[in-house]
Amino acid sequence: MIPAPFDYHAPRTLAEAFALLAEHREDAKVLSGGQSLLPLLKLRLGAAGHLVDIGRIPGLEYIEERDGKLVLGGRTREAAIERSELIRTRYPLLADTAAVIADPLVRNLATVGGNLAHGDPANDHPATMLALGAEVVATGPAGERTIAIDDFFRGLFETALAPDEILTEIRIPIPPIPPAKSGGAYVKLERKVGDFATAAAAAQVTLGAGGEVARVGIGLTNAGPTPVRAADAERFLTGKVPTDELIAEAAKRAAAAASPSADRRGAVEYKREMARVLTARALRLAIQRAKEH
Amino acid sequence: MAHHDITVKVQGVEHQAKVESRLLLVHFLRETLSLTGTHIGCDTTHCGACTVLLDGQPVKSCTVLAVQADGREVMTVEGLEKGGQLDPIQEGFRQEHGLQCGFCTPGMLMTSYALLQRDADPGEGAIRQAISGNLCRCTGYVNIVKSVQHAAAAMRSTPNPQTPQ
Repeated sequence: MIPAPFDYHAPRTLAEAFALLAEHREDAKVLSGGQSLLPLLKLRLGAAGHLVDIGRIPGLEYIEERDGKLVLGGRTREAAIERSELIRTRYPLLADTAAVIADPLVRNLATVGGNLAHGDPANDHPATMLALGAEVVATGPAGERTIAIDDFFRGLFETALAPDEILTEIRIPIPPIPPAKSGGAYVKLERKVGDFATAAAAAQVTLGAGGEVARVGIGLTNAGPTPVRAADAERFLTGKVPTDELIAEAAKRAAAAASPSADRRGAVEYKREMARVLTARALRLAIQRAKEH
Repeated sequence: MAHHDITVKVQGVEHQAKVESRLLLVHFLRETLSLTGTHIGCDTTHCGACTVLLDGQPVKSCTVLAVQADGREVMTVEGLEKGGQLDPIQEGFRQEHGLQCGFCTPGMLMTSYALLQRDADPGEGAIRQAISGNLCRCTGYVNIVKSVQHAAAAMRSTPNPQTPQ
């Protein structure tokens, strides 16, 4: 399959990229890893007159802790996240997620910024970033602004990014210092490697000194037109010492927040039930990891 | 219709061409350079038959634009054999019957080759994980796993001084 004709630009600086985006506005698309955009263009489900490839702009791929945050460059490859020692040891939720996105070949090119900026609720990082309470940095001609992840996803394939903005960084709170403990997990049900989630749940839990839930974030993948935060389940668990019964109730509340649509992966009822089961599993694993923290 | 002058190193040799923006890397390799060892299977980023190494990393060349490869290095299945000598990964597939119809083989070889560059002794789990983006509809993967292990063992017993340890 061959995409409809477009022009291709390879700016060497962000300033050049902004100028191109400002010039072509809605007719331009940012090309990062290309693992979602190119298939869409090939299948002609999407079209763009101009692709602005950010692949040659230096300084957009990094993973580091800075000023109380884990910061990821927008163009950081999923494979780099998957293999990062820092992420594997301190951010299990991110490590879990990167390891189940598409397949290893796709992950060599796919980027975390692209995974979010694509605005696809079937992508895996949105739920993870909701659970982690991340912020994204949008950079444009006027400079940069931070957007809370809860304000980022506006609709199906729609985000808070302006046409001349690029998602340049993701900022994630670093784990709390003892005696507080935190852990996270991402649990995904997929028909086969490389498929989108039938359902998936991300959980990040911080336990206080008394073992009570000091903070919990729960995000659901492919559970509606935008990534879903299970806010009612989060409120229910906060302040309580988690037990199997409480986790089961929280999972039930998370499933109630899901509004999946039926497709070849299953019926609405099945997907909602899987959201419940996977939320319970993600919470149990996150809590277990927090205790081992 | 926009065209671009690109220079791509393939198996270490520079190739210059004028390509259309929308030309896919796999078509550049097969049609512009006549390197038809790289196969087109699903053409939808699923099957991995088109896997090549881009700057040493295995990627699906049906999901990369030829212009994105400008100034970069590509290695295709044709680059494995050197001076009439099969690469250990090719020899492994031959010895362990790691193919039947052979359609997925170029992609399997490139992914496995890249795996062995970073892991000299991968277990079955690591191999199955590494090739999980490459589909084979004949073998059931059992002999492919054996082939990769065969190559890994051969490479460990005769270390190549040019390969970083």
